[in-house]
Amino acid sequence: MLDYLQSIGHKGLNFFQRLGRGHILILDIIRGVVSVISRPSLLIQQLYSVGVLSLIIIVVSGFFVGMVMGLQGYNTLVDFGAEESLGVMVALSLVRELGPVVTALLFAGRAGSALTAEIGLMKATEQLSAMEMMAVDPVRRVLAPRFFAGLLSMPLLASMFSAVGVLGGYFVGVGLLGVDDGAYWSQMQASVDLYDDVYNGVIKSIVFGFVVTWIAVFEGYDAIPTSEGVSRATTRTVVHSSLAVLGLDFILTALMFN
Amino acid sequence: MDENNTLIKVRNLKFARNSRMIFDGVDLDIQRGKITVIMGPSGTGKTTLLRLIGRQIKPLIGTIEVDGEEVTNMGHRRLYELRKRMGMLFQNGALLTDLSVFENVAYPLREHTNLSDELIRTLVLLKLQAVGLRGARDLMPAELSGGMSRRVALARAIALDPMMIMYDEPFTGQDPISMGVLVRLIRNLNDALGLTSIVVSHDIEEASSIADYIYLLSGGKVVAGGTAEDLANSDSEWAQQFMKGRPDGPVPFHFQADSYASDLKIG
Repeated sequence: MLDYLQSIGHKGLNFFQRLGRGHILILDIIRGVVSVISRPSLLIQQLYSVGVLSLIIIVVSGFFVGMVMGLQGYNTLVDFGAEESLGVMVALSLVRELGPVVTALLFAGRAGSALTAEIGLMKATEQLSAMEMMAVDPVRRVLAPRFFAGLLSMPLLASMFSAVGVLGGYFVGVGLLGVDDGAYWSQMQASVDLYDDVYNGVIKSIVFGFVVTWIAVFEGYDAIPTSEGVSRATTRTVVHSSLAVLGLDFILTALMFN
Repeated sequence: MDENNTLIKVRNLKFARNSRMIFDGVDLDIQRGKITVIMGPSGTGKTTLLRLIGRQIKPLIGTIEVDGEEVTNMGHRRLYELRKRMGMLFQNGALLTDLSVFENVAYPLREHTNLSDELIRTLVLLKLQAVGLRGARDLMPAELSGGMSRRVALARAIALDPMMIMYDEPFTGQDPISMGVLVRLIRNLNDALGLTSIVVSHDIEEASSIADYIYLLSGGKVVAGGTAEDLANSDSEWAQQFMKGRPDGPVPFHFQADSYASDLKIG
């Protein structure tokens, strides 16, 4: 019994220590914004590997999600004779929820895991230590550009996901199922509000970008420098960031849309 | 030892990891312009000592003075300024794997200077020539052998013309030719560039051949110190066991355990 209590205490202490290290790291990273601005080439390089290389999975997924939305939405709406509202349904679902959330989940799997593995392996092969000994701060040189690249990429990727999704819904709804072309776009235009829907979706994706990239770079930097340690850290990145995205989505939705 | 010519002074250094004492009151001096070798059995914290000198980790208590500056409580900015004058060669080279050999050597120059590309090219080629790898400048780290990686890392370590270089097990896992090359390079670079070198090693023959002074660490303390000749002729049991590679002595062959008979449940 005492051992059990002791192990709970130990786990609790570990949790709070990690939480503390995570917060100290994010403050250091945010302080590194100056070095990122002064050397934009570092950021551009990371925007390419974190953002551009994630584009294909985001675009393809967005298109398929949009097509499924078109199909499911049509089947439901047609019963009420409201199939002309398909555009509104697809657009609102994507812009408010699916765009930011699914993009964040895909981003965690594609870019988040890659960031953790890359930083963890740099630690395991002493590349980060070597940088420190060359008087180069790895937090500013390695972590900060990756973090800000993730933060900037996420809203752009989520926007593309939603845009392509709307086209996917159009392809199925208008192209295959015969919904009126004009109604699809005009109802969407009339009902989707720039501030309430689009901006709130963008805010969500910025928050998700912050959290997912923070978890990814922290897990890599805090990984035990062995093969197993890096592998565990990579898994933790995907699991923790997915849970964080879904939990935060509920909170943000409650705050934004009552 | 000449007090005025001491580059690094370590006094009463204590350091523990996971409640295990690694250093329990270490005192040592590293002389300027000399090659000082730190030897000791595996697990005595030789690499940890280099990390403490470079302030990658902090000691529990004790002081480490490098070039007259106390590093244990130094601020971030001053520490990074000091590190520009320190080079370190990691055991596996620790080259940046996404950069070519040329870019690895150019890395500290690009980070810390505003030199033109042309000048950086000249400096990098000079450094690579010094380690015999000018022809390998376009290779990636994955294409290098272990010995070549260490030589590139050495070129990178001397890129900013530091006052000292710390070598972490430079001879481990090297074939005899690479080992000979590295031994000669460490001596030549030290003398030609007026460096101070600290070599952590347990390769007695190679390390002794270039050492101006040797410290022998064991059980968290300095157990012997002197030139290679002094240690070979020393009365110290520690020195004798280590220099002659005896399996048992002050460093026991058996890890601490209960009695053998009681463990086997006999008698």
